[in-house]
Amino acid sequence: MLADILHSLPQVLVDGLALGAIYAVIALGYTMVYGILELINFAHGEIFMTGAFIGVAMLILMTGMGWIASMPAILALILVLIATSILTGFMGVGIERLAYRPLRNSPKLITLISAIGVSFLLQDLVRFITEYKRGNYILTGPSMFTEKFTIKFSSLSSSFSDAFFKTSTLILVVAVVIMMIGLDFFVNKTKWGMAMRAVAQDRETASLMSINVNKVISLTFFIGSALGGATGVLFAVQYGTIDPYIGFILGLKAFTAAVLGGIGNIRGAMAGGIMLGLLEMFAASNLKLLTGGVFGAEYKDVFAFAILIVVLIFKPEGLFGKAVTEKV
Amino acid sequence: MQKLTSKLKGNKMAQVILLVLYVLVTSLSLYLAQASVTAFLLLLFSLLLLYYTDLSNRLKWVIAGVVLVGVIPFVASTGPSYQSYMEVATVVGIYVAMALGLNIVVGLAGLLDLGFVAFFAIGAYTYGIFATGQAANFMPFGTFPLSGGTFWIFILIGCFIAALFGILLGIPVLRVKGDYLAIVTLGFGEIIRIVFNNLDKPVNITNGAMGLASVQPPEIFGFQFIYPNQFYYIVLGILLFVILAVRRFEFSKIGRSWKAVRENEIAAQSMGIHLVRTKLLAFAIGASFSGMMGVVFAAKQTFVDPTSFTLLESITILVMVILGGMGSVPGVILGAAVVTILNLQVLTEVTNYLNQLNMDGVISFPEALAPAKMQRFIFGAILIIFAIYRPQGLIPAKNPVFDENALKEGAKNHRKEKITIDQDKGFQA
Repeated sequence: MLADILHSLPQVLVDGLALGAIYAVIALGYTMVYGILELINFAHGEIFMTGAFIGVAMLILMTGMGWIASMPAILALILVLIATSILTGFMGVGIERLAYRPLRNSPKLITLISAIGVSFLLQDLVRFITEYKRGNYILTGPSMFTEKFTIKFSSLSSSFSDAFFKTSTLILVVAVVIMMIGLDFFVNKTKWGMAMRAVAQDRETASLMSINVNKVISLTFFIGSALGGATGVLFAVQYGTIDPYIGFILGLKAFTAAVLGGIGNIRGAMAGGIMLGLLEMFAASNLKLLTGGVFGAEYKDVFAFAILIVVLIFKPEGLFGKAVTEKV
Repeated sequence: MQKLTSKLKGNKMAQVILLVLYVLVTSLSLYLAQASVTAFLLLLFSLLLLYYTDLSNRLKWVIAGVVLVGVIPFVASTGPSYQSYMEVATVVGIYVAMALGLNIVVGLAGLLDLGFVAFFAIGAYTYGIFATGQAANFMPFGTFPLSGGTFWIFILIGCFIAALFGILLGIPVLRVKGDYLAIVTLGFGEIIRIVFNNLDKPVNITNGAMGLASVQPPEIFGFQFIYPNQFYYIVLGILLFVILAVRRFEFSKIGRSWKAVRENEIAAQSMGIHLVRTKLLAFAIGASFSGMMGVVFAAKQTFVDPTSFTLLESITILVMVILGGMGSVPGVILGAAVVTILNLQVLTEVTNYLNQLNMDGVISFPEALAPAKMQRFIFGAILIIFAIYRPQGLIPAKNPVFDENALKEGAKNHRKEKITIDQDKGFQA
């Protein structure tokens, strides 16, 4: 049994890293908003999904106009990434302005309900625009970056098998790393980042220090949503097929990642995302083996939620978070 | 107009006459124009009017009982769409009971539960597994399917098992605070669905994605319940019980502790309310209503499969509670009725109408925009709009008003009594 697990381990690591990178960036969006507003932004998964659709629509449009053929594919992808992230960023700001800001002083339950409403609204909006335009709401992106690479793990030791990955996986991981480093720099080193941390720590005191709280919150939503949207495009390029309902479960898992890393903690969310991706891929390929065929790969979602519940029970502050005592 | 309404207010006789006239006119129109959905809906609307009259509560119950038990089934019975009307009424009843259950959790105790349909699924599968041959796969004794006569016991068993799962979910979850709770319950709902979807191996318990077919219909004294008009009465009976139970709970000690926990956990705790026990009770009682209706649902559909228990269902029930008014029993009943009828009747009717127009070439209408597919859009919009503009819902919850002076008087008298008793004792000693 151990030999089988070891044998498939390299491929699991590569796939898990790709999935984990996606979780990590989406988890950032959750964790940033939670850190500042103490609100679970249910709509964030849908922003990711909308980003995927906008990106694929742009790529299809550009292919149709023959632009893709006339420029390097990577340049086209970068253009699409930038355009999508700007669009989804403004979408996030709009959502905050319309659905969350009027409720900032009401009970948390009401804000959560509004967030769920936004999430459902977006799902259906994307569904009927796509269905109206294409006749079917499941969309397949243009196939790009499908060149395959092999990492020869088998040359290290004969108990490993080789791992395969596509160019798109490489692009995904590189882009995610750039985004994370950029965000980390922004939050920790710039003036706006400092304002953001200040608002997260204490909104009222921050506003007394002449920080424009509303602007900072808008900025947080912009950055979180822009990152989410860009990840959506990368997801679509990596996995090919998208539908309007991918955002919900994926968002839920990304939230799990954020909780795993300690909610409100940006570096924690990154680590939590990668960890969850690896764990989930490991479960998907080995659960059947480990349980003697009782549970198969179809339980991998259950596995992710079980992690969430276990973390919340035993270490609600997450792996990298600080325990906060409640003040009365 | 204002004069008229002010005259109507306080004049019970006029209200009764108007209500009776209204019921008569709508039932007559339903009786004559059988296929008219509008007439059916207008007849149901009479119950709302009844709610707003000044009659005493007892009289309202009697009139509502007469309309629900006698008038509606009778006037609908002659036409071709009898069963479809009764089907709608039955489903409304099922959802009302579930929404009332969720209302305890969300509205009274203030715990956002996004996986509520899981308890419904548990109830449905409890009956579904034992009332089909499925149970023979893993039960070491007994012959399956069980006869329809066990349905009545299974209502209780479903109620109990759902409550048990409510507690099982509650114990770990209640350590986490409000908004985490939403996520965990959401995850729980998905877990239950995935598990039911895959529990066909290693032992075939739920038959997986294929679902359980031909569930035994309920049976009493050799009489089988098969058609919606027969289930209508079962649902009505259970619903009556649920409404009474909710009303009793709401104004009891436990109901007051739920509200206290909702308003401020720490303050409630410092007043001596046991937090965990209170929350667990809310979970268990809310879940038990859902479990009961799950059993009825399984028997009515005669088919159970995991696709009936998706997240959309959980959110639909939440929409009912929010739309009607969190914590308000009449509001939640109204919300459940409105959402279910919107779902089952109005959206499909409008879609059919638009398709008809489309075929006649009056308008060109894209299939993607069909209202029947727009549930998520409509529900999402309802949630946002109500959260922002009317968080208290259509019929806001009312708290009983106490007259402070009367209470003080009562307390004084009470104290006097006590003192006299003490004195008596003193003399005895």
